[in-house]
Amino acid sequence: MPALISSFSEATPLPPPTVRPAGSRWAWGFLIDIGLFLCVFAAIFGLYAIGRTWLGPVHPEAQISQNPRDLPLYALYSLVRIGVAYTLSLLFALAYGYIAASSRRAEIIMIPLLDILQSIPVLSFLPGVMLAMVAIFPHSELGVELGCILLIFTGQVWNIAFSFYSSLKSVPRELHEAAIIYRFSRWQRFAELDLPFSTIGLVWNSMMSVAGGWFFLMACEMFVLGTHDFRLPGLGSFLQTAASHGDTRAILWGVAAMVTVIVLLDQLVWRPIIIWADKFKFEQVESSGTAQTSLLHIIGRASILIRLYRLLFLPFFNWLTLTFTLGARRAAKTFSAPKQHQLRRWIGYLLGVGVLVGLGFTVYHAVRELSGLHGEDYRELLESAALTFLRVNAALILGALWTVPAGVAIGSNPRFARIAQPLVQIAASIPATALFPIILLFLLRLRGGLEIAALLLMLLGTQWYILFNVIAGAMAIPTDLKEVAHVFHFSSWDRWRHLILPAIFPYLVTGMVTASGGAWNASIVAEYFHFQGRIVSAPGLGSTISSASDSGRFDVLLASTLIMATVVVLINRLVWRRLYRLAASRFKLET
Amino acid sequence: MSTANTEPVPIIEARQLEKFYPQPDGSRIQVIAATDLAVYPGQIIALLGASGCGKSTLLRMLTGLSPASAGSVFWHGQPVQGESPNVSIVFQSFALFPWLTVLENVEAPLEARGMPPIERHKRALRIIDAVGLDGFETAYPKELSGGMKQRVGVARALVVEPEVLFMDEPFSALDVLTAETLRGELLELWLGHKIPTRAIFIVTHNIEEAVVLADRIIVLGRNPAHIHADFTVDLPHPRDRKAAKFIELVDSIYRVLTRPEHKDETSPPRTYGAGVAVRPKVIMLPHTRPGGMAGLLEILADHGGRADLHRLADELSLEVDALLPTVDTAVLLGLLRVEEGEAVITPEGQIFAQADIQGRKAIFRKAAIANVPLLRQMEQALKSKSDRTLNDEFFRDLLDEHFSEDEARRQLETAIQWGRYAEIFDYDAATGKLTLTEA
Repeated sequence: MPALISSFSEATPLPPPTVRPAGSRWAWGFLIDIGLFLCVFAAIFGLYAIGRTWLGPVHPEAQISQNPRDLPLYALYSLVRIGVAYTLSLLFALAYGYIAASSRRAEIIMIPLLDILQSIPVLSFLPGVMLAMVAIFPHSELGVELGCILLIFTGQVWNIAFSFYSSLKSVPRELHEAAIIYRFSRWQRFAELDLPFSTIGLVWNSMMSVAGGWFFLMACEMFVLGTHDFRLPGLGSFLQTAASHGDTRAILWGVAAMVTVIVLLDQLVWRPIIIWADKFKFEQVESSGTAQTSLLHIIGRASILIRLYRLLFLPFFNWLTLTFTLGARRAAKTFSAPKQHQLRRWIGYLLGVGVLVGLGFTVYHAVRELSGLHGEDYRELLESAALTFLRVNAALILGALWTVPAGVAIGSNPRFARIAQPLVQIAASIPATALFPIILLFLLRLRGGLEIAALLLMLLGTQWYILFNVIAGAMAIPTDLKEVAHVFHFSSWDRWRHLILPAIFPYLVTGMVTASGGAWNASIVAEYFHFQGRIVSAPGLGSTISSASDSGRFDVLLASTLIMATVVVLINRLVWRRLYRLAASRFKLET
Repeated sequence: MSTANTEPVPIIEARQLEKFYPQPDGSRIQVIAATDLAVYPGQIIALLGASGCGKSTLLRMLTGLSPASAGSVFWHGQPVQGESPNVSIVFQSFALFPWLTVLENVEAPLEARGMPPIERHKRALRIIDAVGLDGFETAYPKELSGGMKQRVGVARALVVEPEVLFMDEPFSALDVLTAETLRGELLELWLGHKIPTRAIFIVTHNIEEAVVLADRIIVLGRNPAHIHADFTVDLPHPRDRKAAKFIELVDSIYRVLTRPEHKDETSPPRTYGAGVAVRPKVIMLPHTRPGGMAGLLEILADHGGRADLHRLADELSLEVDALLPTVDTAVLLGLLRVEEGEAVITPEGQIFAQADIQGRKAIFRKAAIANVPLLRQMEQALKSKSDRTLNDEFFRDLLDEHFSEDEARRQLETAIQWGRYAEIFDYDAATGKLTLTEA
């Protein structure tokens, strides 16, 4: 993405430099250069190692080591998988969002479709993705690897696509008009207006997506599909294996490794990116007190990066813009407008027909698959859907019950917030699935232990969305309203009823929407688990999906996926969207 | 209507340019009536009108940003489709790209023309220097004050050497002093022939701004927008705001703006092609709240019941844009008359100004029922229901037939404001229910 890169070092006014004597500044820059060289070397070696494994022969049932010394390599494998999946997600999401936002006809189909795809649990994509990939690359590890990456991809891509789409739709009108009147080519409009305007949304959603990737890593790196047992070396499979052996020491090592990787990723990648993205904030006045990071400082200073950027990226970017511009101008001259329209229309028709045919074919086969199931089966499926429904909502209510008071406490007390917020962020960044084996160790001894454990896992996976939103809401309560409550001696009940709850309501709804979707998706890992050599499962739609995928019952898998997607979409439409509207109309704090 | 122009070929010419929204039933909502307008070289033209009257839409049709519903735009006598070949726009909100530096913002249009980096760098620096921004090349827009930002907007517009420079309320987001400075600088560039631009077309709602800058002032009437008057300004530059001629011109434009229009002479013909009916006009409510009107009437009563609107606006430091809707409201309710740019309070208005809150509400109620068909209609509809309750959607649907969706919503909001103040009905925003107030 040249736009992102182009705006990086060249033009960014560096944060005010810390005072350092001239000689040592030079030395500092030199050290950084050496460090960067080492990083590049390490990266090349890592690529080599990964390439060797991927292109090697298939080890569908590779032995997953339980030795902590293998953890760095396993962490690298997982990191690369998540990285590749994320890159694919980003590219796909950009394309999807762009098309949906620029074609009205495509939009009608693509946006509701996004809603539905978002509600399909990751594991439901598994059999299709996996079988296709293994069929394409039957003789190398690449097939299984790609399958795993695509699974992670399906869990990451939708919210990024949606964020990009809605950013594109909200580009301010006059900026858009400026781009038209100054005759920006499509490319220039994308690189200088659309992409920068969407950056902040993309960054936050990328963070959420990657967190989701870690959450489902265990499910994606190791699974049974009918008679096939797929295992890929990585942090997820390490933890999974440790859990099924009941090896407490290995579990602890694995969790520690994962937490380390995630915390490092947060500090070294996301923090700097967030701060860098600050320049894309669409505001007219400079806000005070922007955060700073030392890493960005260092990168900004590293002369190699600047030189590389000036030598390679800048000319490349210029060349790209020029090419697109000239191309667009040439096209405008040679093509007569109506002809082009006609051509485009025909392509559109062809595409439409193709999609319809594909759709008809798929539906036909899906219906045939489903017709094998009996009324009894559907009754069971609906029952398990009801059970999962109860569990999800119990998790939501429990989550709200503790996060609302805690979030309000953190959000309305700046001094407390300064201590609590980083802690909460670290806690939130640990994927609940990694902790799950530890929780199971304790809870399985109790009666109904898995029932509690499943609830707890959903809670752990989703409560943070609510908490962060409540904190944001509490921080946004205007001081004068608080003062009113103070002056009139509101009792604490009145304060909650008349001030705090209404003020945080929109934020609470936003958090709950995300949490609800997340909890449904989490049910597939929460209700069904390989542990200490056996399968522990709680009845529910999630465990139905997991076990159907395990045993290769495609009809059950299809039916249960359909039910889950329908339930999630229905709940969104009937409950959350209405609450959203209520929040926007009645509880919006306007100045 | 148009005054004689010596230059024979206009740069841009609009012939019978119209904007309307066709409705499903075959009728249409007319936004801009068929309009002829020509931009000649060597002139600054100001397009003047109250806010929401369609000035910006007209500008967007002239530049090709917004397609015309009927009629066409000619560029040097040749019809154009899409954006005009060589124009720029300076926007009210500046419309700068916040993630690009000043230099990059100014270079962007050149980049879009396929100019190589060194050349566009040189040109951008030259124009940045001309608008007085040197030293700020690497700054980001958010580091700049409003005036500086608009200088960047002007530099970006001028860097492509447009033949016509369009400006859409370019100074209305700035404070008074900054706006005055920028106007001076613009005139300096223009009068000193420091820019190759051959005409400037500026949209504004500020009468004095128009008189300070323009060689020709076109006043736009409302509902649908149409050319209401066309003034030629031949005062020499620099223009003195205290000069008698200046004040006289401002006054006469004020009179035109506040004069009730005589449909037969100023409105365009009412036939729009065969078989297309134009809806009978409904009275459009000015978007004001009753409280503002009460204030105006009180001040007028203090002035002995009669005051010059221009002075009144000056005294209240309101722009014509802000004052006119309030005046319109009072006129609509029969509490005020406008005679040749003077506001005259009516006997009812006098009583209103002296009454207490309850008394005012009673007068307002009587006047509203008598003069505002929409409120009368709403009262009637509510009375006809046994539970005296109706949903707001019912009325919105009624209004939708006469106004665009946005305008219908705003009309209903205003009507609800007025109806609540007059205690004709109660409104529950959460449920959207209107209930007749029991007497």
